Amino acid sequence: MAQVFGRSINWAARASILAVVVLVGGALSVLLNINRLDYVSFVGVARDQPVPFSHKHHVTGMGIDCRYCHTTVEEAPFAGIPPVETCMTCHSLVWTEAPLLEPVRAAFRDNKPLQWTRVHDLPDFVYFKHDIHINKGIGCVSCHGQVDQMPLMWKENTLNMEWCLECHRNPEKHIRPREHVFDMNWTPSGDQEKLGAQLVEDYGVQVQQLTDCSVCHL
Amino acid sequence: MTDTKLPTSQVPLVRIENAPSETAAPADKSVPGRKQLDIAQLRQRLEKQDGPSYWRSLEELSQSPEFTELLHREFPENATEWADGFSRRNFIKLMGASLAFGGLTACTIQPDEKIVPWVRAPENLIPGKPLYYASAASFGGIGTGILVESHMGRPTKVEGNPDHPSNLGSSDAVLQASILDLYDPDRAQAVTNAGHISTWGRFVQALSQHVEILRLKHGEGLRILTGAVTSPTLGRQLQTLLKALPKAGWHQYDPAHNDNAIAGSQLAFGRALDTVHDLARAKIVVSLDADFMQMGPAAVRHARDFMQRRSSAVKSGADAKSLNRLYTVEVTPSATGSVSDHRAALDSGRIEAFAAGLAQALGASMPALIRRSISETGNFEDPTGWIPALAEDLRANRGASVVMAGAQQSAEVHALAHVINNALGNVGSTVHYIDPIEVEPTDHDASLRRLVDDMNAGEVEALVILGVNPVYEAPSDVNFASALDKVDFRVQLSSHQDETSKLSHWHVPESHYLEGWSDVRSFDGTATIVQPLIQPLYNSRSAHDLLAVLGGQGGKPVLDIVKETWSNNGALGSGDFDRNWQIALHNGLVDGTRGEAQRVSLQSLSLPSEFGQPLDAEEATEVLLRPDAYLGTGRNANNGWLQETPRPITKLTWDNAALVSPITAQRLGVSNQQVLTITAAGNTLAIPAWIVPGQADGVVVVHLGYGREAAGHVGNGVGANANRIRSTGWKVAGATVAKTFDKHPLACTQDHYSMEGRHLVRHADAAHYRAHPNFAHEEAHEFPAELTLYDSYDYQAPNQGGMTIDLSACIGCNACSVACQSENNIPIVGKDEVLNAREMSWIRIDRYYTDVDDPEILHQPIPCQQCENAPCELVCPVTATSHSEEGLNDMVYNRCVGTRYCSNNCVYKVRRFNFLQYSDRETESLKLQRNPDVTVRSRGVMEKCTYCVQRINAARIDTKKSGGGAIPDGAVQTACQQACPTQAIAFGNVADPESQVSQLKATKRNYGILTELNTKPRTTYLARVNNPNPDIRS
Repeated sequence: MAQVFGRSINWAARASILAVVVLVGGALSVLLNINRLDYVSFVGVARDQPVPFSHKHHVTGMGIDCRYCHTTVEEAPFAGIPPVETCMTCHSLVWTEAPLLEPVRAAFRDNKPLQWTRVHDLPDFVYFKHDIHINKGIGCVSCHGQVDQMPLMWKENTLNMEWCLECHRNPEKHIRPREHVFDMNWTPSGDQEKLGAQLVEDYGVQVQQLTDCSVCHL
Repeated sequence: MTDTKLPTSQVPLVRIENAPSETAAPADKSVPGRKQLDIAQLRQRLEKQDGPSYWRSLEELSQSPEFTELLHREFPENATEWADGFSRRNFIKLMGASLAFGGLTACTIQPDEKIVPWVRAPENLIPGKPLYYASAASFGGIGTGILVESHMGRPTKVEGNPDHPSNLGSSDAVLQASILDLYDPDRAQAVTNAGHISTWGRFVQALSQHVEILRLKHGEGLRILTGAVTSPTLGRQLQTLLKALPKAGWHQYDPAHNDNAIAGSQLAFGRALDTVHDLARAKIVVSLDADFMQMGPAAVRHARDFMQRRSSAVKSGADAKSLNRLYTVEVTPSATGSVSDHRAALDSGRIEAFAAGLAQALGASMPALIRRSISETGNFEDPTGWIPALAEDLRANRGASVVMAGAQQSAEVHALAHVINNALGNVGSTVHYIDPIEVEPTDHDASLRRLVDDMNAGEVEALVILGVNPVYEAPSDVNFASALDKVDFRVQLSSHQDETSKLSHWHVPESHYLEGWSDVRSFDGTATIVQPLIQPLYNSRSAHDLLAVLGGQGGKPVLDIVKETWSNNGALGSGDFDRNWQIALHNGLVDGTRGEAQRVSLQSLSLPSEFGQPLDAEEATEVLLRPDAYLGTGRNANNGWLQETPRPITKLTWDNAALVSPITAQRLGVSNQQVLTITAAGNTLAIPAWIVPGQADGVVVVHLGYGREAAGHVGNGVGANANRIRSTGWKVAGATVAKTFDKHPLACTQDHYSMEGRHLVRHADAAHYRAHPNFAHEEAHEFPAELTLYDSYDYQAPNQGGMTIDLSACIGCNACSVACQSENNIPIVGKDEVLNAREMSWIRIDRYYTDVDDPEILHQPIPCQQCENAPCELVCPVTATSHSEEGLNDMVYNRCVGTRYCSNNCVYKVRRFNFLQYSDRETESLKLQRNPDVTVRSRGVMEKCTYCVQRINAARIDTKKSGGGAIPDGAVQTACQQACPTQAIAFGNVADPESQVSQLKATKRNYGILTELNTKPRTTYLARVNNPNPDIRS
């Protein structure tokens, strides 16, 4: 019986091996990189909120400190989202009739909390703690970006594990003096690496320990 | 017989001279697949061993084929198969579908999450930081002080209160598990009338109508049934009600009642008194079948006091002057018996004889009247052979000894204990008598019988049952259900729709102790105000609410009722009441409420003629009932944590059994799991047999608390209901035992995760220890640590986690195991899965025997050993388990792909795999219970002990925030360490030579297990030291 496939078709067999490698490799790289897309990680995407709250206006315009609203950021894992009462400390006096603020007033009036959409949402198996980062000189800006320039809130960084590790491996690149943690516009006066190395030492940051699994995964 | 010299460290095995194998009963061939154990052959095997031998089950000792197979497989055959009768075709179909759907769902973007801040934020509540409140839990009406951890208003964990005399901060398995009861999805959720959902308002209306009619008759026909009541407020409400309705009646019945102890004090002193024992002061302790370290409201305090004294004495060189000594006679091995220095298994008659014999031996130091009345009863045979030496020991320690009688012992045994304690001058030092903590001390059994008689006579028109379940709990000869039928108006308050609820007209859901205000006394009389931590999850009420309605005060807040009690009795002290109230709430106890020591004088005592009659174990069989260590008398039956916790000695889960000694098993011709029938007074109980080395011959012990029919999804139909054969007391009169040829599989964990009997437990007598302080290392083949090709790792972090477990102190009570379950969100798996050796508990307590007939019993808790050279880490293909700078084996659940290579390679067998989705992720109420700091694991993920790394991280962050450096010693307590009633577990920084754990590791008793494999475990053990009396040769 004659061969179904002639000798001339041998190239196809070789090509198919290559094609499989390329296809599988391509599929894998798509899968691996899909999480890096801003479309997936929501980087730079302003999320819908019940009230279009502007950090830019409140921080840059009014000069309110981060901790006026995010009260527990220095002492607890969770930075704290302000109760409606905090909004009303000012807004019972200013912009009392603004239609934009009606959800806030309604919440206060009806004792029904506002439901904000979480912008920085880590997976549930990550146990992130604000207090220790603040305490060791990681500025708000380092993770959240120039929040004082954001009219609506978006995510500046992917918050992927490789992004976390970038700093956990080399904290000296990002650490700053504690007194400048809440300073949105701080820049190192000299060499960041040199200053950082000094601060890592001064603040007792255990760099090897920062990549232990159990530091974040419990 | 071999003439090998045994090391003195080992109590010589009991040798049966010339026990020829032909005397052994022929193997029972009627139960297929199961050969009866040949006791004589086992004894021979033991004799042939030179040196100590430790084994966990008779199957292991006999090297039965079933055991060796399990050993080699780790899990039983086919345990990894899907056993639910799936055909391969169905399996492939489903797998294909799930693969496709699973693949699709993996592509979704993380769903949006909402943040919902308060409208007005409460004070002091910081999200992510738990708050702790002091309160009290009550079991059987008697309280224990607690600290409750609350996350954002959800109570998640219960610990003992360090300031409270009931536990000094420790806890037991039942207390630890009680948090699960709050979130039990089977709890009754609405008031029901004749099984239909109704409302509290309608119930109040119906009840008030009845009460109005009864009020005209001064309460005639109204009866209230409660358990034991120590709550001052509940007592006040009941007494006020009875004053207003003088013809109404109050009955009390707690199936684990203390009737015999109260009757014993009546016999000895002519009045009802509670006995409070101070074991911190006692050098010699004698237990007359009293499992005082595991059972009863003072158990945690007793265990702590006794073991604290022992541990500190052993630590300072086991000096004979400071070491305490424990003698136990008991029917079946208990936690207390297992740590005794001398232990004898006796039937109930011989225990009585022992008590009387001991009293007689101490006769010289007794008042003449008592001496005469005891000696009149005749001479008692000494069933142990220790009485002369023991009496000598007691006389040498006058005022520093104590004799304790078990709650199930007869009134006479209790009276004898009082007589002996008096004679030894212990009253006022180790023994105190206080007025009963119960508001109205009553003979519970008689009280229930009176009620049932009146019900049968038609004298009861309305019955209000508060928090008890008499249809299940009452002895069968009482026949409560049929008597209940004759009552016109039946109301029950209980947490679940139980056996009694189904026969009641009205059922009101009862609040958990974390849901409402109350107060309660603990064993020494100390009162605690119970404060709620959460609004009732369902529309539940407390007994206070119901009594308020009965007393015409319906709708009055319970807080006001409780406050009224305390403002009237003046116990909070003078001055501002609200301030004193806050102080009492904050401290978790009311200062100065401890029972005042009463002066007592002995009465003459006459023992009945049948007292102390030994059982003829060759012929007769006696059946004894006992409350279960965890289920009690059945109230905890729907608590899965407790159902799945292996019983301290038998290691049985999810079942009770008829416990028999090896010799009795041979006489009855039964093997493990073979069903026996026990018949008494026309009722028959079918229950599988379980052979327990170290039990008294001729005695069958059955635990109460099982065989519930309406406990809930967890507890229904688990085990056999021993109330069916119960009458008055703890001994089943006229019971006959017969064997059947049925088999009931029992989920026993004793052979699971075996380390093949290598040199794991090490122990010695005090004398041997003094002569050879290094015995723990001399016995074993240890290899020098430097014999390795690998460089040792240079740990940089200032905190290096390490743990020691003191085997001298461990009583095997499993408080650690349940505390771990509560802290670390460990699921339960159910009986079928336990049979597959898939239980998830992160700490297992291995229990070892040394002999078939008179074993020593040793406990060894095995959590993850946190090896520095961890075999598990090397084989994980995805590095889901890796080493931390602090020396811990981290386990990353989100990385684990479930190869189980790590578990295969773990030499200690401490890794647990989620073969199925064991964690309930659907039930809303259970979500509330979970510790938010620990991941809830999914199917296909490996898990194991983490040294409570979430607690370490929290403490490390606190330390760093306040200046840095190493975590101060004592700032981290692992959950097991915190719960341990005997403080056997120490945890801390091994890099700090001053830390408690480093100091313990520096002692010579410290040894690691399987260190010859160079695993360098961070968890090590302190070898057990016992203190037997040198004058007694066993």
